[in-house]
Amino acid sequence: MLVPSLVDGLLLGFVYGIAAMGLSLIWGVMNVINLSHGPIIALGMFGVYLVFNAIGLNPYLTLVLVAVMGLLLGILIYWVAVHRVINAPHLSTLLATFSVNMIIVGIGTAVFTTSPRNVDFTLGSIAFGPITLPWTRILAAVAAAVVTALLYLFLYRTPPGKAIRAVTDNRAAAELMGIPTNWMLALSFGLGTMLAAISGGLIATFFPFTILAGGSYELKSFVICVLGGLGNPLGALIGGLLLGALEGIIPAFMETSWVPVLEFILFVLILLVRPQGLLGSKT
Amino acid sequence: MSKQLKSPGLWISLVIVAAFGLWPVLAGNKAYARETTFTILKAVALASSLNILLGYTGYVSFGHIVFFGLGGYVGFYLMRQYNAHLALAVLAGGLSAALLAFLLGKAILRLRGAYFALATIGVNEAVRAFIKNFDPLGGPIGMTLNFQVYKAYGGPDRALWIAYIATALLTLVIVLVSFLVKTSRFGLGLMAIRENEDAAEVMGVVAPNAKTWAYVLSALFPGMIGVLFFFKNGNIEPGDAFVLHQSIEAIVMVMLGGQGTVLGPIVGAAAYQRLRGLLLVSPLFKNIQLAVAGVLLLVIVLFVPAGVIGWLRGRFPRLRRVLE
Repeated sequence: MLVPSLVDGLLLGFVYGIAAMGLSLIWGVMNVINLSHGPIIALGMFGVYLVFNAIGLNPYLTLVLVAVMGLLLGILIYWVAVHRVINAPHLSTLLATFSVNMIIVGIGTAVFTTSPRNVDFTLGSIAFGPITLPWTRILAAVAAAVVTALLYLFLYRTPPGKAIRAVTDNRAAAELMGIPTNWMLALSFGLGTMLAAISGGLIATFFPFTILAGGSYELKSFVICVLGGLGNPLGALIGGLLLGALEGIIPAFMETSWVPVLEFILFVLILLVRPQGLLGSKT
Repeated sequence: MSKQLKSPGLWISLVIVAAFGLWPVLAGNKAYARETTFTILKAVALASSLNILLGYTGYVSFGHIVFFGLGGYVGFYLMRQYNAHLALAVLAGGLSAALLAFLLGKAILRLRGAYFALATIGVNEAVRAFIKNFDPLGGPIGMTLNFQVYKAYGGPDRALWIAYIATALLTLVIVLVSFLVKTSRFGLGLMAIRENEDAAEVMGVVAPNAKTWAYVLSALFPGMIGVLFFFKNGNIEPGDAFVLHQSIEAIVMVMLGGQGTVLGPIVGAAAYQRLRGLLLVSPLFKNIQLAVAGVLLLVIVLFVPAGVIGWLRGRFPRLRRVLE
């Protein structure tokens, strides 16, 4: 009984890891906590839902479109909300991204209402011995792994990726080297939101959702980020797996509605005991 | 202390709140005026309390409504199970909220800036999930007050008025407390923490203690107001008590009016409630109320971070004595 939900949790953990990676990237590069993370995940869910219902396109193909839209949205959010306050005290960036959160949720609630939506997409299941797994979960984990690999390739093998890493290390020096740091920051923000949107699209293939669903995933992303270490994308992935495993095990011992309480306790514990996370943060 | 009490800024704030409070007594349609003003006063109290933490100490709390909800639950429980008098319930609600703040503060106040904010987001969700599962407090359905309870206060109408007057008085007290904190050494320590916590500690401010006291003080009054609110309501449930939305609105109100001032939260709360009232009746904006609040907050944070009162104080230095 425990093993199937553990495996299930692990697969889900991959997707959580992608979402957390997006948050961790933005946090690590520009020290900004993107409080609009949750609604952007929800927008990714809606993106897949709308395209699937409109033209029946395979959700995994729609993910590409959702990713591009997420990237553009992130760049827009950076220029509108974050750019002016990036050097201001933390409070300002928190409130700025939070207001974007409110705007997205507000408009989303008006346009989509809060009735739950579902992407009617199933590929059947496959049995591995005693465990039966839906194909959507397996493919979501695979997609998450592919996205992680692509992200690493981008950050370590391409010029813009290297530029982003340079800006992370030392923004002033990067600027002196001729890197347009503002655009690099915008790009990183866009990448972060892109990852969030992708994870939302993947989650839409197996859970029903509303525009408010992003909130709980946002909380999970925070927990994962501090668990794995800030600014450390690999740490985010591993943290995601851990949290997924935890969520798989918990229902065996207590009701699932206690999960937010446990996640919060875990969050506070890590910050008190090992604030740099399991894999160490970028600084 | 007596010198502080002579400050025109304090009296202007108190007079404005008192004017709000007196309006339903003098107005025509008393019940409607009373309910509208109750909402405004509740907003003023919440915003002023949050200001102690957000404005003076510089620590953003996204889940402040948790104290309102918890205080409400404790007070409500006492009135329902033990037939406690309203005054006792209000006191108990406030003290339990303060206790929660004290315990939470021990855990999360050592987290700096952004981490503290994230922790407060989690607190609200966690407490709501906890109450939903905790059956003695009614679980997901909540609790209801037996209508007979109102008899003890002279009938439902009188009970509503008593709750209203209590709220108005509490709001006056919180504004006074806010002013006293601002002009005291304690408040100076808080503002030093806001500007640079490490430097403040070097200068002798015992930051952990000061922050804890600020947090406790900012939780006490929402707890009391919560009891009064749910006493009026007659019932309480997790969905009503821990509306994250209201924490957000409190932040917008504080930022709009001017964080770190006494008059700011009052102005911000009144203006925001008026705006909200206008939006709710307009068919176009009814559904995107949250989005409008978001745009408002974004504009404030980007362009006028000091809020209305803060901007006025910066622009017209002569007015600083008056606009505390």
